[in-house]
Amino acid sequence: MALTEQGKEYVKKELDRYESRLSAIIPALYKVQEEKGWIAKEDIEELSRVMDLPASAIQEVATFYTMFNKKPTGKYHIQVCCNVTCAMKKGRELTDYILKKLDLEEGEVSNDGLFTVSRVECLGSCDTAPVLQVNFDYHENLDEKKVDLLLDQLRK
Amino acid sequence: MAVQYLTEHYDDKDFVSLKGYKAKGGYKDLEKAFKLKPKEIIEMVKASGLRGRGGAGFPTGVKWSFLPDNGEERFLLCNADEGEPGTFKDRLMMEKAPHQLIEGMLISAFAINSKKSYIYIRGEYEYVAVILEKALKEAYDAGLLGKNILGSGFDHDMDVYRGAGAYICGEETGMISSLEGLKGQPKLKPPFPAIKGYLGKPTIVNNVETLAAVKYVIRDGVDAFRKYGTEKSAGTKLFSVSGDVQKPGNYEVPLGYPLKDLIEKECGGLLPGRKLKAVIPGGSSAPVLNAEEAYRATMDYECLAEMGSMLGSGAVIIIDDSNCMVDLLHVILHFYHHESCGQCTPCREGTGWIEKLSRKIVSGSGRLQDIDLLDKVAQNMKGRTICALSDAAALPTISFVAKFRDEFEFFVREGRSKVKGNIYAQSAH
Repeated sequence: MALTEQGKEYVKKELDRYESRLSAIIPALYKVQEEKGWIAKEDIEELSRVMDLPASAIQEVATFYTMFNKKPTGKYHIQVCCNVTCAMKKGRELTDYILKKLDLEEGEVSNDGLFTVSRVECLGSCDTAPVLQVNFDYHENLDEKKVDLLLDQLRK
Repeated sequence: MAVQYLTEHYDDKDFVSLKGYKAKGGYKDLEKAFKLKPKEIIEMVKASGLRGRGGAGFPTGVKWSFLPDNGEERFLLCNADEGEPGTFKDRLMMEKAPHQLIEGMLISAFAINSKKSYIYIRGEYEYVAVILEKALKEAYDAGLLGKNILGSGFDHDMDVYRGAGAYICGEETGMISSLEGLKGQPKLKPPFPAIKGYLGKPTIVNNVETLAAVKYVIRDGVDAFRKYGTEKSAGTKLFSVSGDVQKPGNYEVPLGYPLKDLIEKECGGLLPGRKLKAVIPGGSSAPVLNAEEAYRATMDYECLAEMGSMLGSGAVIIIDDSNCMVDLLHVILHFYHHESCGQCTPCREGTGWIEKLSRKIVSGSGRLQDIDLLDKVAQNMKGRTICALSDAAALPTISFVAKFRDEFEFFVREGRSKVKGNIYAQSAH
């Protein structure tokens, strides 16, 4: 079961919120991700039933947008910007540092289920490069020390 | 000198709330607009010379006047997708002054007779979306949205829609596809959105800063708005400056402001002991300027176009001599390859091909002919696709290769960067 009852209610409301029912797909996928962390094939099938929309319509949206996790993701999704300014400010080296420290490959879930690390594109925070997001939260002006502290806090 | 025109009250913590916004005269300009005829507002916006602040720089009033005059339902879409690498000004505007945007959108909606608008915001800006939703609720509760707004007889509903991580949705027809619940793939123009947009209905898509600026055209009138800027680039502009300067950040300056002053006066100059190598003046899609060009550039639509680049979104990336241009081009091309929506062959295949070529060079296994091939493939990607993403990858490529060819050739000949120091390109590719 992908969605809680409240989740289903939310999705049904979203169907009437916009001019087209299809516009509810992105909000619905966000809801699934909020509740279980990622979006599996069964979730899309269930959404298709709840929303009375073809699974293919939901699948194409889920796969087009990068913020939807198509495989299991740690409780904390660490998304490090490696675009131009962050690259100039050592965002790529920082990503390598985090991966090494957590002994992870990009996209994997750590054994304790806490972390997944991804390289992402510009997060719109270039004046505070290098930058990462843990789920939706920004962490700015980073260096290795600050990252150590952040990981410790997240583990608590 | 930096000015505080649109950003005047951004230091005031209460400005984010309706109460604080009203205390500074907020929504007075909406009342003023309601006393005008919609056509008069459109004429004022045309006369103000306000041009799109999101990238293309198209005259806003002219865009509005493309709407068909047939009473058909029409939509206003605020482009808050802000995906152009280097840009972070809309984030500031929405975070500090959501009501400024809402008021600008209401005036614009009244001018084009739209009863429904959306703010399409990139998914990563979740906390900003929450700020906007709170502001919308305040506005509804105060009768500033909904039916018969301020007794004007004008009805308008506004909503926030979150994207989910796709650069292409910043392109206006890609955004429309996304809002329609589809993959965010751009649509062929014409028909332009003003004729056939969201759900096939006439739609105007404007950037956050553009819509906020409309309020100031109404507040101060055309002449006062034109007090800032140049004849063809009227008003002020927020520039997001990042990279190798002492004080990166958002700076509002009159259009036509010297880039040299922006770097040295506003941003406190370069880092100690460093020399300017290049500037990307309008987001990563904009062709790069070398230092000599950068020092004589002024930040307006014309000057940058004459230099073969563009003002774009106002994202100014300052690059000093510690950076390897081959490496940075590779970073940029990785981005465009990742973000190509895949519809058009020249873009889908081209972005992949030039990324691969740039990787080959930074990994030390490039040949001299690969440099020419980079340029040749990029030349063939220009102007052949539905939207501008293909050009956005091609133009930086052509300019990087033309202006920093010595670095590319050095990398090929020596198998390492011409720039000394700890260059990521050498260690990791």
